[in-house]
Amino acid sequence: MSGDKILSVDQLTMRFGGIVAVQDLSFSAERKKITALIGPNGAGKTTVFNCITGFYKPSGGSIRLAHDDGKIIALERLNDFRIAKQAKVARTFQNIRLFPGMTALENLMVAQHNALMRASGLTFLGLIGAPGYRDAEKRAIDLATDWLRRVNLLDRADDAAGNFAYGDQRRLEIARAMCTEPALLCLDEPAAGLNARESAALSELLLSIRNELGTSILLIEHDMSVVMEISDHIVVMDHGVKIAQGTPRQVRDDPKVIAAYLGADEEEAVAVMEGGS
Amino acid sequence: MTPIPHKTTHASRTAGLTYILKKSLLSALVALVLFSLMVGVRTEAGSDGQLTYWTRFGEVAALVAGVFGGSIVIELLRQWIGPAGAEKLVPPAVQSGMSFVGRYLAPALLIFTLLVPVIFYNQRYILDLAILVLTYVMLGWGLNVVVGLAGLLDLGYVAFYAVGAYSYALLATNFGWSFWVCLPLAGILAAFWGVLLGFPVLRLRGDYLAIVTLAFGEIIRLVIINWQSLTGGPNGVPGIPRPSFFGIPLDNSDDGLAAKLGIEYSPTHRIVFLFYLILALALLTNWVTIRLRRLPIGRAWEALREDEVACRALGINTTTTKLTAFATGAMFGGFAGAFFATRQGFISPESFTFQESALVLAIVVLGGMGSQLGVALAALAMIGGFELFRGLETYRMLVFGMAMVLIMIWRPRGLIGHRAPTVYLTKAQAISSDLVKEGHG
Repeated sequence: MSGDKILSVDQLTMRFGGIVAVQDLSFSAERKKITALIGPNGAGKTTVFNCITGFYKPSGGSIRLAHDDGKIIALERLNDFRIAKQAKVARTFQNIRLFPGMTALENLMVAQHNALMRASGLTFLGLIGAPGYRDAEKRAIDLATDWLRRVNLLDRADDAAGNFAYGDQRRLEIARAMCTEPALLCLDEPAAGLNARESAALSELLLSIRNELGTSILLIEHDMSVVMEISDHIVVMDHGVKIAQGTPRQVRDDPKVIAAYLGADEEEAVAVMEGGS
Repeated sequence: MTPIPHKTTHASRTAGLTYILKKSLLSALVALVLFSLMVGVRTEAGSDGQLTYWTRFGEVAALVAGVFGGSIVIELLRQWIGPAGAEKLVPPAVQSGMSFVGRYLAPALLIFTLLVPVIFYNQRYILDLAILVLTYVMLGWGLNVVVGLAGLLDLGYVAFYAVGAYSYALLATNFGWSFWVCLPLAGILAAFWGVLLGFPVLRLRGDYLAIVTLAFGEIIRLVIINWQSLTGGPNGVPGIPRPSFFGIPLDNSDDGLAAKLGIEYSPTHRIVFLFYLILALALLTNWVTIRLRRLPIGRAWEALREDEVACRALGINTTTTKLTAFATGAMFGGFAGAFFATRQGFISPESFTFQESALVLAIVVLGGMGSQLGVALAALAMIGGFELFRGLETYRMLVFGMAMVLIMIWRPRGLIGHRAPTVYLTKAQAISSDLVKEGHG
């Protein structure tokens, strides 16, 4: 695989006590492309995600992020909130983590915390109502409004996020992650629990994020219809190691992938994979 | 949300009848077991030293019947006036009336408060009580930042009150600094201690956080008691200067305010001045809190209460966010402490016991966590209400405790449970308390 890489994971290893969740995993994600990380349950996908987004500290290996301006950031050395703040990596969660008691608009405003914090002069300028801060807040509301329109939730901007239907919450969480204006967007099973129509809308949303905004996307997904439709590149994991990678077409035909998903019963596996396309 | 048809609520109410009876019988049974030995059998040493005993089954029966009846009443109250979906049972006319009252309650209360010294000028007792209530309103608003907005359970808030009070008392008695110089210093010192407390508890949550903050409150009190050379230990700090009207003393000397204005001196002048001073401080607390809520830091506090992991994923520094919440709350506590010291003229460690922390926390919880108006109403109810029951003498605590239990059954999320959004596109809608998280420490 060639091209402009935004994320390079090299020899990533993650151990929990004696259990090796991820072993010597190497893969990369290209800029302005959608890379999918797939694999059966327990393959270690979410562990990889947590290492990339700073929720776990890797036991070994390196994770490099290359920004558009050529700056290289070693993600395994940053921790916690700095990954989102400095490296501009945003993520969503497998079990949605919105702020349920806050409105959709407030959720998107919280996502712009760091930019607004700077504009408010670490609160002091904001407290006295400085015009610079008021402009910044207006711009933040505009950005939030724009994203609410994109995910088709503009009419529910002032409703509490906890009141939203499941599919709406998923879209709002993606909008919230995008409001941090990330270089790399990491989505942990964005299509989980969505019906066919909602999945299709999600695919469209992710494609528009890639095509219109040029944001690189890394996603974990079980819904093969989504993965096969939108991914530019797929990495397949099983038992903590990479077993295959390539274009959707290549991965679908790989016997190792089929074996991992459905034991050795190839015929059935082929049926599932074909069904997804 | 669509209102539940009347029929369903009625059905659920009658279906609950057996449940209520079962629950009350269970309570009565527990009461029977407890009281049969505690109350039913009395023992005493007889004239020759032998054990004599007699039974009092009548009293036991009365107590058990009381518990049975009481639990039926409580269950009925629970089903009819609360907690969940309480509004659904209220007719719409009453509901709209209540929202009308709600809209004008805060301004009406403020105007009334401003006029209190005018209306009750000759009633020293009421003025003193009003000052006390306002002090607790301010403390409640200060703690509300930590508990209500950031969702960090703080059981040692009185520590900052003490730091503020002792800061002013010691600076004023040792260096002769004026109240207006010491007030900001007291706030800054309290905020400093708030940050100091914040550091070790950053990783703690829930019960653990509560215990550490509780311990912190006790540590401060014990240090004050034992550091005799500085704080005077249990003897306290006497002779704390009274506040001046920006340099003009409020006494009957020739330089006093009364003499300068050419009016007759009255000790009430100082009380009225203290009243407006604490009112101004409380309103400052309120104003700053309302402003902070609409700034990124305030939204981050509330987001922290809702979901800390999501905050980190969005690049919010949870460490500094928590520390600023502790520092802001502590600063207001310090201001209130400085006011307390200047009002009393004498402070000792006895004023800063755990009971004070518990009382302020109760005000915040009763008011509805995060609601400014709710906290003010709760402070009025807790402090003013306690005085109201003074006529009941021995039974005062009993009645007061019962009233609190009833309020919490009626409104489990506090007097004002819903949350107002900090920003809106078209229309600000109140957010139901069912959705708002209480924080996890």
